[in-house]
Amino acid sequence: MAQIIGLPKLSPTMEEGVLLRWTKKEGDKVSPGDLIAEVETDKASMDFNIEDEGTLLKLLVKEGDTVKLGGPVLIIGKPGEDIAALVAQAGSGAAPEAPKAAAPAPSAQAPAAPVKPSAPPAPTAAAKAAEPARAAATPKAPAPAPSKGDGGPAPGKKLLASPLAKSLAVELGIDLRQIRGTGPGGRIVERDVRTAAEGGAAAAAPAPSEGNGRGAPAAHEVSDEDHTMTQAIAVRPRGTATEPGADFEDVPASNMRKRIAQRLTEAKRDVPHFYLQRSVDAGPLLAFRQKLNDLLGDRGKVSVNDLVVKAVAIALRRMPECNAAWVGDAIRRFHGVHVGVAVSIEDGLVTPVVRDADKKGIGQIAAEIRDLADRAKKRALKGHEISGSTFTVSNLGMFGIERFTAILNPPEAGILAVGAVMDVPVVDKGAVVPGKRMTVSMSCDHRVIDGALGARWLQVFTELVEKPESLAL
Amino acid sequence: MTAPYDVVVIGSGPGGYVAAIRAAQLGLRTACVERAELGGICLNWGCIPTKALLRSAEVLDHFQHAKDYGITVGDVQADFPAMIARSRGIADKVSKGVAFLFRKNKIDSIAGTAKLLPRAGAWKPHEIEVTSGSATKTIQAKHVILATGARARSLPGIELDGRRIIEYRKAMTLATQPRSMVVLGAGAIGVEFASFYRSLGTEVTVVEFLPRLVPNEDPEVSKELARAFDKRGIKSYVDHRLTSAQVKGDKVVMTLEPKGVPGAPSRDAAAAALTLEADVLLVAVGVAANTENLGLEAHGITLERGYIQVDAENRCGDGLWAIGDVIGRGLAHVASAEGVFVAEKIAGVHAEPVRYDAIPACTYCSPEIASVGLTEEKAKAQGVPVKVGKFPFSALAKARAAGDTTGFVKVLWHAETGALVGAHLIGPAVTDLIAELTLAKTTEVNAESLVYTIHAHPTFAETIKGATEAALGHAIDL
Repeated sequence: MAQIIGLPKLSPTMEEGVLLRWTKKEGDKVSPGDLIAEVETDKASMDFNIEDEGTLLKLLVKEGDTVKLGGPVLIIGKPGEDIAALVAQAGSGAAPEAPKAAAPAPSAQAPAAPVKPSAPPAPTAAAKAAEPARAAATPKAPAPAPSKGDGGPAPGKKLLASPLAKSLAVELGIDLRQIRGTGPGGRIVERDVRTAAEGGAAAAAPAPSEGNGRGAPAAHEVSDEDHTMTQAIAVRPRGTATEPGADFEDVPASNMRKRIAQRLTEAKRDVPHFYLQRSVDAGPLLAFRQKLNDLLGDRGKVSVNDLVVKAVAIALRRMPECNAAWVGDAIRRFHGVHVGVAVSIEDGLVTPVVRDADKKGIGQIAAEIRDLADRAKKRALKGHEISGSTFTVSNLGMFGIERFTAILNPPEAGILAVGAVMDVPVVDKGAVVPGKRMTVSMSCDHRVIDGALGARWLQVFTELVEKPESLAL
Repeated sequence: MTAPYDVVVIGSGPGGYVAAIRAAQLGLRTACVERAELGGICLNWGCIPTKALLRSAEVLDHFQHAKDYGITVGDVQADFPAMIARSRGIADKVSKGVAFLFRKNKIDSIAGTAKLLPRAGAWKPHEIEVTSGSATKTIQAKHVILATGARARSLPGIELDGRRIIEYRKAMTLATQPRSMVVLGAGAIGVEFASFYRSLGTEVTVVEFLPRLVPNEDPEVSKELARAFDKRGIKSYVDHRLTSAQVKGDKVVMTLEPKGVPGAPSRDAAAAALTLEADVLLVAVGVAANTENLGLEAHGITLERGYIQVDAENRCGDGLWAIGDVIGRGLAHVASAEGVFVAEKIAGVHAEPVRYDAIPACTYCSPEIASVGLTEEKAKAQGVPVKVGKFPFSALAKARAAGDTTGFVKVLWHAETGALVGAHLIGPAVTDLIAELTLAKTTEVNAESLVYTIHAHPTFAETIKGATEAALGHAIDL
């Protein structure tokens, strides 16, 4: 039997995606795991692998269209099946005729009917009880079932919810499968449904004029790691040229921009930052880099930043107290040292991760960072390449910035902002001589790293940079 | 000095001993300091020994009404000292049970009076001085749980003499049965003793300042209890103030005044003053927290109306926690629940917050009373729309067969969501029946789910289903 497939969650934080390219066409036979499309999420372009088997009967979105998480994407089934009803059903909720990427506009409301059987069973009791009206009430707008393995509860898995939560979900039109239970044993209880309903109301809030349709992010977050991110970014009506006296234009924010806005606002607001700065003698580092590059010849190149990343990794290995995160009632010490490297790309930035950087050679780190940065600019990074960092390095030295401070990248407890190497007069043995200095600023999460601890870490880092041969050990 | 304990609990009542056991179960090195009997008031001077006495009264009632059940018995005599002795023996046994549980869980049970010492520094463990007789020792703890409970209080101008003017503790160890007794205060403790002594044949009068018996319960329950007490020959004066109590010879002479301004013109002059005389005056007007000489001041712990102030997670300072009566909770099972919660917090495991909206309260007078959640009055005041259903025990075949048809079950279900808002029960077995309703409230069972839960026939529990059907408008048996 044919069914509609919704857009799955391809990155832990995505709320919608832009379908960049179909890699299969209508009529193609697919089996589970086949790549059928590429989708741009808030973070990167991701592969959309299908989980079901069958023939692609209809592709419901055009390349360049934006689709809400769970929104209908295609119809799969057996060749020759009548899919008119399904197309109509999908059409009532999705907007396949939406204009191209510049103004993607799926309406905020979800499809009128569930795609796969809806989980909340109408309590039979309600039907027999004094309130037939309630029993008759159908879910108003349950989101279509996301395909399997997207992080939501697997279809068929027993749903743990209180009777009250179930009947309330029917009444408020909430899909229980999209809710994370906070009751004992993860049971969905009344407050979870109410919270979801409130979020839902926010999502369905009146869209700004001009039919741009961009409301707040989807109401229900599915994955555990993400539940803190449910807060909607404030959205205000966008000015348009037709508005009399509008002496500005609002440039629509991309998914990435919105995501950056949300994450950085939360980080700066919720994490108690403090900053430590010191300048390090970069002379030995530059000399060492020259030596390495001479050795490498045209087999590659090592940058100052590559060496800084290596030094950061070793310093974290030596002081694991700083390779940590605040998790509410404990400090989580990460066993692996995974250094995020902030890379500026068009319209934003991403932080690809050099995994186990403490265990990798300088050459390998250099090659990895170059590859990650290149692919970041092409938005070709995979989800796992931009998540899981335990500390971040941000370098604006190439722009001649002498020093700056960075906003932490939660849950990490530290980020190092690296300035340019400057030629400066230094006092050496009572005489002023020319020297090379680089200023580094460490932003610390004070819940995890105290001043003295951060200072000691910077001490270790400085020693490594000033005796760069130790980076090769 | 030995290494500091992870947890030291001060007080071994139902809050303290449960906290200590839960802490030990979670692998924390735990000690419990108790200045009197293990198990605290509940096991030694409260819940348990009074239930033993009330059981004696119940058995006596059965014998006195044996004829109703087709049994002829000879001369039935209450042996008051034997009843007291039985009650004390049971208290002793359950207290020893706590000692056993402490040994089993490797909890150090320390006898003595504990006092928190000022802390040497924020990074140092807490120090607790324990005095037993003339011996004093100091123990250290990373966390201290204050579970010191409460004791009976009196009213200004009424002095307890421990012979004629007494509190609950003395009331369960009297050497001889008083012929007449005035019980001041119609809360749970007051009506339980009134019920007990009345069963034994004592002339009992209850005096209550508020306008009804068991003033915390639903007004309909108060009314039903007043009717039942009246039938049993218990006199009650509600809305009355006890203005004086003097011991004169082997009697207590008391004066009562109707509440309100004395001599106010609206008051009937004849009703204005009243003199009562009784062998014993039992003062049951409430409790006061045990906070003295604990060394709280040095830790900046504040009291409000005598109770230790805590945050939403029972903290009253760095590494300092308080639970139960000493923070004004007033029910053994709430103290236990808080004890578990705090122990889990300290251990850093998942701690399910205490459901203060779903706390059952039971009173073991005859007839018994039990309730959970909001009363109808409070629900209305809070604007909660409710559907109310009531099922009298007189309509229940099982109650007829048992020969006990007093009382009813009253349930309040949310008119929109079907959630249980409150339940108020008076009658046979209700202190056990309340468990089903508490479970319904805690786990969010709605009215529809409850009525399709099959209740065994014939049982007292059928009244819960019957009352819920009535609330939904389709009672079968009414």
